[in-house]
Amino acid sequence: MNGYNFAYLDEQTKRMIRRALLKAVAIPGHQVPFGSREMPLPYGWGTGGIQVTASVIGAADVLKVIDQGADDTTNAVSIRRFFETTTGVRTTTRTAAATIIQTRHRIPEAPLVEGQIVVFQVPIPEPLRWLEPRESETRTMHALEEYGVMHVRLYEDIVRHGRVATGYDYPVLVNGRYLMRPSPIPKFDNPKLDHCPALLLFGAGREKRIYAVPPYTPVRSLDFEDHPFTIERWSQVCALCGSAESFLDEIIVDDKGGRMFVCSDTDYCLARRR
Amino acid sequence: MNTEAIPLLRVRGLSHSYGAQVGCLDVGFDLWPGEVLGVVGESGSGKTTLLGCLSGRLTPRAGSVWFTTRAGRAVDIPRLGEAGRRRLLRTDWGIVHQNPRDGLRMRVTAGANVSERLMAMGERHYGRLRDTALTWLTSVEIDGDRLDDLPDTFSGGMQQRLQIARNLVTRPRLVLMDEPTSGLDVSVQARLLDLLRGLVGDLGLAAIVVTRDLAVTRLLAHRLLVMRRGEVVESGLTDQVLDDPQHPYTQLLVSSVLPP
Repeated sequence: MNGYNFAYLDEQTKRMIRRALLKAVAIPGHQVPFGSREMPLPYGWGTGGIQVTASVIGAADVLKVIDQGADDTTNAVSIRRFFETTTGVRTTTRTAAATIIQTRHRIPEAPLVEGQIVVFQVPIPEPLRWLEPRESETRTMHALEEYGVMHVRLYEDIVRHGRVATGYDYPVLVNGRYLMRPSPIPKFDNPKLDHCPALLLFGAGREKRIYAVPPYTPVRSLDFEDHPFTIERWSQVCALCGSAESFLDEIIVDDKGGRMFVCSDTDYCLARRR
Repeated sequence: MNTEAIPLLRVRGLSHSYGAQVGCLDVGFDLWPGEVLGVVGESGSGKTTLLGCLSGRLTPRAGSVWFTTRAGRAVDIPRLGEAGRRRLLRTDWGIVHQNPRDGLRMRVTAGANVSERLMAMGERHYGRLRDTALTWLTSVEIDGDRLDDLPDTFSGGMQQRLQIARNLVTRPRLVLMDEPTSGLDVSVQARLLDLLRGLVGDLGLAAIVVTRDLAVTRLLAHRLLVMRRGEVVESGLTDQVLDDPQHPYTQLLVSSVLPP
């Protein structure tokens, strides 16, 4: 594309972001500040993820972009088109064929493999944010591993709902050290983070933070001994492909109360029906 | 009192100032395990500054605060570093604020407030946490039914008792109290003092109670420091200081209280 550098960002900016990424990989789960740039996309639509992807993508990469598990929703389509225009790289909807997967709110159902990079779009990187409003204090709490207050939140959940009611963005402890927000993925996807063979990168554009989980890093979801972490289960199977293992979305199909449950991961669902 | 000759807290030459304004000047005392020390003086006499320096919230200009840990090691609080200080504050120390809102999390239930320190120390069993919280609520005379209520729905006296339970749950050895009763009306004060006296006796706590109220120190404190303009002008056994004050300022302070 004329007048623009490969992948939109200039090389100095990419270098700056790559430095932040290297630091993030070296300290799994630790939030690294970076100089987030204005992107041709509103905040909240993936400006952090798009900058991380732009910094790691090369001409030989194959890109997949998903939004809530789907390849064909507005956010996914526009970000995929953005990189098609600014880099000319090949894109795909198949998880297995992709080298870089930028995602919002899901991790693909198909197992990730070594050499793949997953880029997460993060709205709020700080797991302690709603518990402690001061940024200086949350940083100290991370530095000193003072995470008791997170369990106070889980405790409150059990008091009010009889179980931990947090369904997405469920807090995890990375490598036994840093408390991390896995971005708003359903807790169904949390077990996929643990010892994942792929490199997981997280970018928060508005909050100007980058963090990472290197391949094969232990990632533990917080819980109580007598209220262990569990994932969602459905009484139905996918109405299209019949899968009983995947994360299901409930879809309203008419105005008479009709509904169906289908896989949220469109690529996984299509592959099973083929 | 402990037979070993190691005080829990040994304060020497503690001074702090705000610019030219003296906060406290050359304060020194020993506090022994199980002892309650009262610090009295009018407002502006440096009581709160002293407490701030002791707890590590303020870094004193000069002086040392040696605290003997459970392991028997003496650490100098101002030079301990933030990590060690915060660990002490969560485990071996308790701080009871004048305003319970400063010491409580108002948006989480009473049970969570009491359990927070335990969770910070690594307790991860929900059932056990609730049992412990319930026991502590009962021992500060709060009805067990209120375990899942927000502190906002509590009266001022109950909030103050909840704050005390929250601090005592890790069985600290030293509790710092800043005017623990001053926000409460007289009958509630009396009950709280009774409770505190009982807890201090049962648990063998050492405590430093900062107050303007001489009656509180009479009931609670074994020994007394009288402060004026940042300096300790008189110290000694509580009854001795209150019944036979030597320093003119103490005499003034004692005589300004209406006889009961």
